[in-house]
Formats: sequence, structure tokens, C-alpha cells
Amino acid sequence: MQPRRVVITAAGAVSPLGLTSGQMWQALVEGRCGLGPIHSFDTAGFDCKIAGQVPDYNLRDYVPKSHRKATKLMSRDIELAVIASHEAIANSDFITKANEGKTPTLVPQRTAINFGAGLICCDLVEMAQSVCHCITDGKFDIHKWGNVGMQTLTPLWLLKFLPNMLPCHVAIIHDIQGPSNTITCGETASYLAVAEAVEMIQRGDVDTALAGGGDVKVNPIGIIRQSLMKRANCTSNDNPAAACRPFDLRAAGTIFSEAAGVLVLEEMQSAKHRGAKPIAEIVGSGSSHSLNTDYFHLEPDGKAVQFAIESALQQAGIGPEKLDLIIPCGSGIAADDRAEANGIQNALGKAVSDLPVWPIKSMLGHCGAAAGAMELIAATKAIESGTIGKAINFETPVDGCRLQIVRQSLQKKFRYVLCCGHSFGGQTAAILLKAIED
Amino acid sequence: MKHRVVITGMGIVCPLGHDVPTMWDGLMTGKSGTDYTTIFDASTFPTQFDAEVKNYDLSRFIKNVALHSKGNRGSQFVVGAAAQACRQASIEIETASPADGIDRRRMGIYLGAGEGAVNSDAFFSALVDGWQADKNNMDWSRWAKTASSKINAVQELEQEPNMPAAHIAVLTGARGVSRTCLTACAASTQAVGEAMMLVRHGKADVIIAGGAHSMIHPLGVTGFNRLTALSTRNDSPQTASRPFSASRDGFVLGEGGAAVILESLESAKKRGVKILAEVIGFGSSSDAFRVTDMHEDARGAIQALQSAIRDAGLTVNDIDYISTHGTSTSENDSIETKAIKTVFGSRAHQVPCSSPKSQFGHLIGATGCAELITCIMAILENTLPPTMNLNDPDPQLDLDYVPNKPRKAKVDTAINESFGFGGQNNVVIIRRFTK
Repeated sequence: MQPRRVVITAAGAVSPLGLTSGQMWQALVEGRCGLGPIHSFDTAGFDCKIAGQVPDYNLRDYVPKSHRKATKLMSRDIELAVIASHEAIANSDFITKANEGKTPTLVPQRTAINFGAGLICCDLVEMAQSVCHCITDGKFDIHKWGNVGMQTLTPLWLLKFLPNMLPCHVAIIHDIQGPSNTITCGETASYLAVAEAVEMIQRGDVDTALAGGGDVKVNPIGIIRQSLMKRANCTSNDNPAAACRPFDLRAAGTIFSEAAGVLVLEEMQSAKHRGAKPIAEIVGSGSSHSLNTDYFHLEPDGKAVQFAIESALQQAGIGPEKLDLIIPCGSGIAADDRAEANGIQNALGKAVSDLPVWPIKSMLGHCGAAAGAMELIAATKAIESGTIGKAINFETPVDGCRLQIVRQSLQKKFRYVLCCGHSFGGQTAAILLKAIED
Repeated sequence: MKHRVVITGMGIVCPLGHDVPTMWDGLMTGKSGTDYTTIFDASTFPTQFDAEVKNYDLSRFIKNVALHSKGNRGSQFVVGAAAQACRQASIEIETASPADGIDRRRMGIYLGAGEGAVNSDAFFSALVDGWQADKNNMDWSRWAKTASSKINAVQELEQEPNMPAAHIAVLTGARGVSRTCLTACAASTQAVGEAMMLVRHGKADVIIAGGAHSMIHPLGVTGFNRLTALSTRNDSPQTASRPFSASRDGFVLGEGGAAVILESLESAKKRGVKILAEVIGFGSSSDAFRVTDMHEDARGAIQALQSAIRDAGLTVNDIDYISTHGTSTSENDSIETKAIKTVFGSRAHQVPCSSPKSQFGHLIGATGCAELITCIMAILENTLPPTMNLNDPDPQLDLDYVPNKPRKAKVDTAINESFGFGGQNNVVIIRRFTK
């Protein structure tokens, strides 16, 4: 039997660069930066005051009537996942339960959902309104909390903040009854979710999958943690557009953001059968683990990045010379960028000398568990359009970096595009896309 | 080419004990892991008891404790569990040059792991200091001042759900595929199931699979108390977890870590290690019904059960034992019973099904793998663990729940079921290994 091949037939994205994947792509090609001053809370007492934030939206536009009541149970992470899924489904031309009054074409039991998600921050103002009943001598009193305070929280409070609620809501809205998984592997989460969804289709468990991820890093706890961990750049508050500098000598940390990205994956024959147009094929994936006992960063030699890339190439059965583009993790955290450059260089050898590398976090910010989905969507669009923009905020390479970071926008046929990511904690991932050829 | 997948090691740290023999002995002798909460002051909470891991000593299992001692409770538990599992499977740990015959690039990790405990002192203090009651809003500057003085970067990092896997990587040197999932109470069954698929399809030779979680902290208990998911039987903690009984009133929150070594049969044979059992089936589904409730006809649970049995190439006649999700909540136990009756039909009453949660509590993300280990033991010992505290059976629930006493029985094939809030249903099937 021929192995089942998996193609991408549609995408949806909501990000600091717009409410659709099209708007995001337009901005990336133009080299426009989506980072700016944080407006969702007052940053006066914060070292880092900038981030990438999603433009205003009206959630009701993305949720069918039957599920409107449940929007009360959605944290912002869930909302973004719902919005990106809405666009992905619309672009796929699948009719789902959400298209009320029409006969669905998406087969519930033959469809999987697999999202990467992060630690969801609870609503601190909501929490404070309960905590303020529980003070004795100016300090929090846990006895009062148990007796009185917790009773003022909405009964379903916990359900807003479970990471598996991203796919849960989306599965209810679109009636997806196949496997549902939530990968919480830090900043590689959505890469690994996509890789697993591909495997589910390859092994025949389902024919279709929604895969990607969503994460909101822009909240008081998220920003303060990342500053204390020395991952956020706290020195560029007056110049957000130049703040995130992947692989650049002057890189001073990353800038966090919020986003969700969702791909529609289908078994190639079943996509063709229903008349869908495949945009790209997923031909390889790999993952590995850093063994650095400083769990904040990768090993300096980037070995785990190298191994993930080598596995993806091996699975696809191609050599590094076949690659046309890399969209790397490139966070602007200097130690990690150096390690990633070493890993890519060691995996690809001589091929790096003329291989374009296009980091996009300089424009999108670091959206944590959603980062991989955004990079895969950018890769898909690059293959579809034969265009990429230029890297921004790259002047002089960080020590040891020999990557050919693109200084001009490029127009060419991208046949093989590699995306790779890594996380604090040391997980790495790589996914290889291929243009459709007939 | 598909590979047969076998289990060559197992380890557990749970409220009934910090290794498999102690845990099993507890199950066989009717012990309860439940008592009044000591981890924080829960004396005014609706639920004042839980199932805690007590007197845990990581140095019993590993040499370099310092590399892992900053990990959250779940991380530390699963490091101990993985060390036990590796030892049983003759996998060398804490060495840069292992000579156990396993290529580290072909050795992966797949955990169902939860977040670590929030730093409660920082969390609540910052809210108290930042809140302006007169204006009904937050002074973020005051909030940030307290928060940044009280939170610690390492502790914040270690809260992340991918950190247990990071510790397992450093412990074992595993360099292959590494995934962590968090599908609520189904997480580590899903992790074991997906890990089995990775080995079956040649993506790895060995995977350390399992779970790690502790939600025993003020916010965790608050969340479950608000959902009215926890038992509030404060006058009798040891009998509070009573799955399938008429007087069940919620689950008992536990904590722990569990790990199994999944290995391709070729690799296990080549290394000459003892095989404990074979993993032969996995089924996974989504209810796609409601955020708050299971589907009333058990739609998702039925689909997961049926696809696992199909994946294993079996029929319901081949199943000797079901380790239920059996949480002791009103909804779960009745819908799970409905699922078993639908799938097993006339045979439903002949298949014993029990819930070890009646003794070690609900380990949330870690519970699936912990219960898988009880299935392995059931096969190895030909003994069924009981459902304790089942003195007043619910008349609607009439399956053979193995009430109150362990039972000798020939067990060759066992099913492990886990269902999570939000409708993830996962089922793994294991079998006695035969050539």
C-alpha cells in the first residue's frame, strides 16, 4: 500500500499583524513590525513595556449561535484559537456544524484536532475581586478564602484556564469527534501538535485534522516572569519596531506576543477527491531534546536543533542542498540564537552558505506555544506565493552565526522549506514542507 | 513496517507508595492514600483532605539530586518513577556514555504532565497589594512591585508543563522525539497511547512515557471545589473516594508521577531485557459536546473504546479486565458504566472493572499511567485490584466493580480508560506478552 501523504489545504491566523492570515502575510512580506506599547494593562511598574497585541475583534463574529453562551468560559487564548480556526475552516471550504442550516461536509469521526497551548494566565482582576474579601491585617487570609472568597468566583472558573479547552471549544463549534490532543511543550508546542496530527493522518486514524496552536503571552504575569527570567528585552521600550533582533549582534532579548494559527491538514487523495487545492505537503518532521542542565537555554552547540533537522530531512529522504528556505526560531535571545545557528549550520553543512534564512519573530514577536504554527503558515504562504520579505532588525550577525539572513525580499520558487523551533526546557522540533508538484 | 511494542520497565510515586511493590501491596491490603491536607492550610475549604505523596526522598532513586530538586512536585515524582522504570529495563541513567544498547537519538519522551503549583504567597500578596477597592481596579505598578519581589525565575520556569520532560531528558540522555500533552485527566493515557504509536511506526525504539502532576495547592483545590467535582466528606477522608457507590460525592484529589518504558520488541530482544507486557491497542476521541459535561449517551467514550479494541485486533470477548476511569463523581461513573454496557453488550456483566482511584485518589495528569501500571500488575499477578468503599452500590450501576476485596483471576488482556474534562477520551489495551 502506498504511504498516505499529508497536505495543507488551508490556514487561519490571528496575530499582532492582523485578524487574518492574509493580513499577517501582507505585513511579513512588507517587513512591517506588529510590536508596540502594551495597552491591555498599565505598564508603569514593569521593566518591559512593549509586546505584540492582536487588534480589537468582536468574538461573536466567529462563534455560531449555538455556542455563544460558552464564550463566557473562554480565556483570551481560547478566543484566539476559535478565531484562527474559523478562518482556517472558511478557507478550506469545508462546511461544518458551525455553518448552521447547511449540511456539513467535514466528517466528525474522521477528523482530529491537535493544538499547542501554553500555561494560561487567569484573569487577575476577576481574581482580585474575590481575594479582596479575604484580607486580615493587610495580608491575604487563606481561612477567609476557603470560607468566603472562593465562593465569589464563578463556579466554572477553572475551565477557562485549562490548556485543553482550546481544542475543546473548537471541536464543539465544528463538531470534531476524532482524537483531540493538546501539546504543552513550551515554545515547540504547535510544531509538535502539527507533527502528531500528520502522523494521525498517515497511520489512517483520520483523514483530516485541524492543527496548530494559540498562546497569549501578553498579560502581567507573563511579562513579569519573562523579564525576571531575562528572556524579555527590557531595554527597547522606546523603540518597539527595533526591539526583537534575531541573530543580530545587538539582540537583547525577545518581545512576547499573542497569536493563534491553525492549519487544515488532509490526506492528499481525500483532499483531491473533494476538490480541495493542496498548497504544500508536509514531508518530514523531527524533534529532539537539549541536555543543558541550565534549563533556560539550549546547549551552546545547538545539538538538539541539529538532531531535529536531521530527522526531518531523513524522513523526507532529501539532503540539505535541496532546501530553498529556512524559517527559524530566531527569538532575539542571544544565547539561544547562537545555539540555533550552530545547530542549523552543523545539520546543513555547506548548504547554509547560500540558503536564505528568514526569521519572523522580529515582526510577530514571540507568541510562545503558537510560534510554530505561525512559522508554518508563513512557510505555506511563501510556497504558495513564491515570495518572502526581508528580515528586519538584522545588521551584524551574532558571534558564530553564518546563516544567510535575507536582507532583501525574494521572489523565487520555494520547493522545500524548513521550519524549526525550540523551547526553554530544551525541546526542539523541525518540520519540512514541500511545494505541490503535478 | 509496524513494530510490536512492549513494556520493559515501570515506576511510580503515588500516595500509596513510592515504588510499584509498595503501591501494589497497598492496593491488595485495602490501604487508602487519603488524609487531611498538609500541603497548605485547607481547614476552611469545602474539601479539607486529599491524597498526598508524603516523605518523598528523591535520593533513593538518583545520585545527582541537585539537578532535579528545584523541579515542581510533579517533576520530582516523575524523575523518581522514571529512574525506577529505567532500572527495571536496564537503561542507564545519569551517565554521558550509556552502554545499555540504546541509541539515545532513538529514545524519546512522552509525558502527560501538568503545570506546577503557582507560588501562592506571591500570587495572593500581589493581588492584595495591587487592588484598589475604592476604585474597583488594579494598580498594576503596586501589583508588579510585590510580584517581582516575591517570584523567583527558576521557580517560575519549573512551573511550566514541559519541565518534567526536561528533567527526564537530563536524567536519561534521551535525544529522540519529545512531547508533552495536557488533556486534563486523560493526559498520561493519551501520552502512553501516542508514544506507543511512535514506536509502532518506527519513529523511536524506546520511549519513556508517563505522567506527572500535582494540583494540591490553593488554586487547584479552589478550581475543583467550585466545580463541585471533589468529595466533601470531611468526616471520613479514607472512605471519600467511593466509585460506583450510591453515596459517591466527588473525587479525591491526589498527586504523583508514573512512567513506563515502551520499547520495540526487536530492541527489547536485542538487549535481552525482561518483557512485562505488550501494548496492543489505542483509541482516542473527542466528545465535541459541552465544555462542562460528558456526552449523555457516552458517545465519545464508546468511540474511544471501540477504536482501541479494533486497533488491537480484538473483540470484546477477549477482554479480561477493565481499569476504569472511575472517579467517584456522579456523572463519570454512570456515563462510564453506560459506555461499557454499550460496547460490551451482553458480556458487560462478565468483565470485571474496578477503580484504583478508590485507594490512591485521582492523580489528574498522572493518573492514566498510574492505572496502566495497575493493569500490568493485574496481568503479572493474576489479581484484580478492588474498588474500595463500595458498600452501597448505586442500583443504576450494576457491573462487576470488584467491590472491596482484591480477587484472583486469570488476566491476559486489560483495558485502561481515561476521560478528561472537555471531552478527551483515551483507551489503551495491554496484553500478557507471548512470543
